[in-house]
Amino acid sequence: MGSAATAGLTTSECFQCGHPVPPDTSYAVEIDGRLRPVCCQGCATVARATTAAGRQAVYPTSSSRGPEALHELKVFDRPDVQRSFVHHSDERTSEVSLLLEGVTCAGCVSLIEHHLARLPGVDKVEVNYSTRRARIRWDALQTRLSEILTAVRGLGYDAHPYDQRSRQESLERERKQLLRRLGVAGVFGMQVMTLAVALYAGAWSGIESEFKDFFQRMSLLLTAPVLFYSAQPFFRAAWAAASKRTIVMDAPISLGIALAFGASVWATFSGHGHVYYDSVVMFVFFLLGARYLELSARRRVAGATDIVAYAAPQTAIRLNPDDPARTGAAIAAIELRVGDLVLIRPGDVVPADGDVVEGRSTVNESILTGETLPQLRQVGDHVLEASVNSESPLIVRVTGTGSDTVRSEIQRLLDRAEVEKPRIAQLADQIAGWFLGAVLILAAGTALVWWYYDPERWLPTTVALLVVACPCALSLATPTAIASSVSMLLGKGALMTRGHVLETLNRVTHFVFDKTGTLTTGHLRLVEARPLDSNRSVEDCLALAASLERHSEHPVARAIVEAAGDRPLPAATRITNRPGAGLTGVIEGELIVIGTPNHLQACTGLEFAEGMELDDMTSVVLANEKEPICVFRFADEPREDAADVLQYLRAQSRSLVLLTGDRQTASRRLASQLGIEDVHAGLTPQQKLQHIRALQAKGAVVAMIGDGINDAPVLGGAQVSIAVAGATALAAISADTVLLNPNLRTIAVMVETARRTLNVIRQSMVWAAGYNLIAIPAAALGYVPPWLAALGMSASSLIVVANAYRLRRSPAAAGA
Amino acid sequence: MEILYLLVPLAAVLAMVIAAGFLWAIATGQFDDLEGPAHQILMDDDRVDPDQDGS
Repeated sequence: MGSAATAGLTTSECFQCGHPVPPDTSYAVEIDGRLRPVCCQGCATVARATTAAGRQAVYPTSSSRGPEALHELKVFDRPDVQRSFVHHSDERTSEVSLLLEGVTCAGCVSLIEHHLARLPGVDKVEVNYSTRRARIRWDALQTRLSEILTAVRGLGYDAHPYDQRSRQESLERERKQLLRRLGVAGVFGMQVMTLAVALYAGAWSGIESEFKDFFQRMSLLLTAPVLFYSAQPFFRAAWAAASKRTIVMDAPISLGIALAFGASVWATFSGHGHVYYDSVVMFVFFLLGARYLELSARRRVAGATDIVAYAAPQTAIRLNPDDPARTGAAIAAIELRVGDLVLIRPGDVVPADGDVVEGRSTVNESILTGETLPQLRQVGDHVLEASVNSESPLIVRVTGTGSDTVRSEIQRLLDRAEVEKPRIAQLADQIAGWFLGAVLILAAGTALVWWYYDPERWLPTTVALLVVACPCALSLATPTAIASSVSMLLGKGALMTRGHVLETLNRVTHFVFDKTGTLTTGHLRLVEARPLDSNRSVEDCLALAASLERHSEHPVARAIVEAAGDRPLPAATRITNRPGAGLTGVIEGELIVIGTPNHLQACTGLEFAEGMELDDMTSVVLANEKEPICVFRFADEPREDAADVLQYLRAQSRSLVLLTGDRQTASRRLASQLGIEDVHAGLTPQQKLQHIRALQAKGAVVAMIGDGINDAPVLGGAQVSIAVAGATALAAISADTVLLNPNLRTIAVMVETARRTLNVIRQSMVWAAGYNLIAIPAAALGYVPPWLAALGMSASSLIVVANAYRLRRSPAAAGA
Repeated sequence: MEILYLLVPLAAVLAMVIAAGFLWAIATGQFDDLEGPAHQILMDDDRVDPDQDGS
């Protein structure tokens, strides 16, 4: 049984929408080297646009479209599966949140909204552009959830049910909470400011005491919600830290606010002294505002890593272990248990980690490892959850599910990025601790001195000092800058899993590149077809080869079919496909074999090695029963942006190195094409690591760019590691950064962004430090009234945040 | 100026109404998506009135 996909030219279904192609039309779009028929100009345009955007991974392979796909999605109609993400308010109203995949622009969102709204019973479709979440309210009696999901897939996107307990959701709650506090502070604050104007005017030109009292009491009433509700986070944080005997930034803030409010209350009821309600309110409002902006920046980053979590498969086919006929039922993937037997059809996503017990196929693990070439898996081999089965059905015994899988581990490692702070922020935190201690002592000292010399002024001076000395700007500088940069880079497809990446990138001296899959696309291209018999022409050989290879999904097959182009191919019958080895078939009465030398020997007994490695997949031989006919060699094309990126890095005076396990000639050819002088080929991963260590011993800071799990120890050895992967890919365990799009130019953008981020952080810190240095003595000496202190501190924080927000726009210098 | 004894509390009540309105807006998700509406006005809306039988 060959691959489930057949030659695109003979089907009559539109590749984009699935409808039948009208007989008198001939629209076709080339996708991944194959010509696919489409039914109309509209579908052609969408298909071309999807491919041009590099999103062709959203097209499921043939076996997972149509009735089979609907069947698999039917699992989502089951009440026990729906329990965790569908909300039924009554019998006719259900609500679900879906995470959309493949959405790249507002047009996609509009398309999905309109298409879904047309389904019967769908009441409301709301897609959030920022977070790519869709909320759908529908009548479950008229349309089933599986039909909704199928509709989304039919458009070329994917929708994943969305678990309310995920981290994105908790960030959302936090954001709303903060926004509520901010709103209350703003609204009541405005009232208090209005009254404050009256009081200041009165202080200037006289006011009757009864009105003064009245305004002061009203201010008290209006400030109370701000203090007791909006300012709560500060008090709680300060108290929590104090109980652990540490001082955080919230400590002087809380102290200042409490002191100011307390003094104001006293002044209100005792009849003399100033009130500072306006300062309190302004202070709280601006501080909350700055925090909200910081949270917004962080929220965008969190959304993307959650999408990566949903690469997990939702359904599985569990087989009855006692049934020799291998029948099974579709179930939700979460129900799988260790020891279950599952059937994984070609095109299916592997639902859990497991060992192969029957079958032989190739799997695509690029989601986990970034390796684009398929990996052979046969009985006894291990397969990973979220990898995609390419060619033949596999029966697998489950060894790990849920949080025990490799994919879950990767997700956890991605989550760690949020927690780790760059060194400069850690430094700032340490300094802040001491600094705050010093400030509190200084405040106490100032209070005492003023109490002695001019008791009237001890309070405002101390409050002003506490407010002004707060290093809020300092501690906002780094997180906001980094969050802005990370968010911007994420939009370009660079997912950073560790906090130090941007900072270290600035110091990198050597950029080390891997070859296959990194500098090259991983797509093979036919470079040589050498007939071994002078009677045969290249065209003949190619025709024979292509008529067999048409039935395989392997990159070698695709390369041959691509090279054969549009020419008519002889019909081949009795085709067998051995994944990882080759194909055989009968063409015009003759047995024809194409594949590795091992495959050739196994099928015909002929031996043929001639400079090829026995299992090497980048050369294949074509033969008939009697003799080998032709040798085909393939090469990996360099990525189109590779040359530009390397040029940019050279211009930045960074050294470039190519380390590869591939052969000398091919590597040197590529290196000279791209302008890399330092080339080392034929290396094992251990040797690559040694090379990097040698560089580091000479003081170099090394950034390694490779493709994931194959180079794990090497990536771990470099100070910065970047994994290049395909469209919806996740890299493995050791890389600091994953490029979600196979776009090398992102590296140049990262380097440029790292430089700008460091600049912005430095600017902000200089500003914040300078401001503190001037303002603290001024406040201690009594030159700063509390309202000015609050204003100055708020303005300082906002300036720092605004400066960091500049990083949200992509740098032009790197050609981004 | 006794009118102030009426106006200022009235303003305070107004502030509370506004605050309540703001909290309602947050609860119903008005502030969740600040980019979307900007794009939506540019989209062609060929949606047929649900009362009619569209296709």
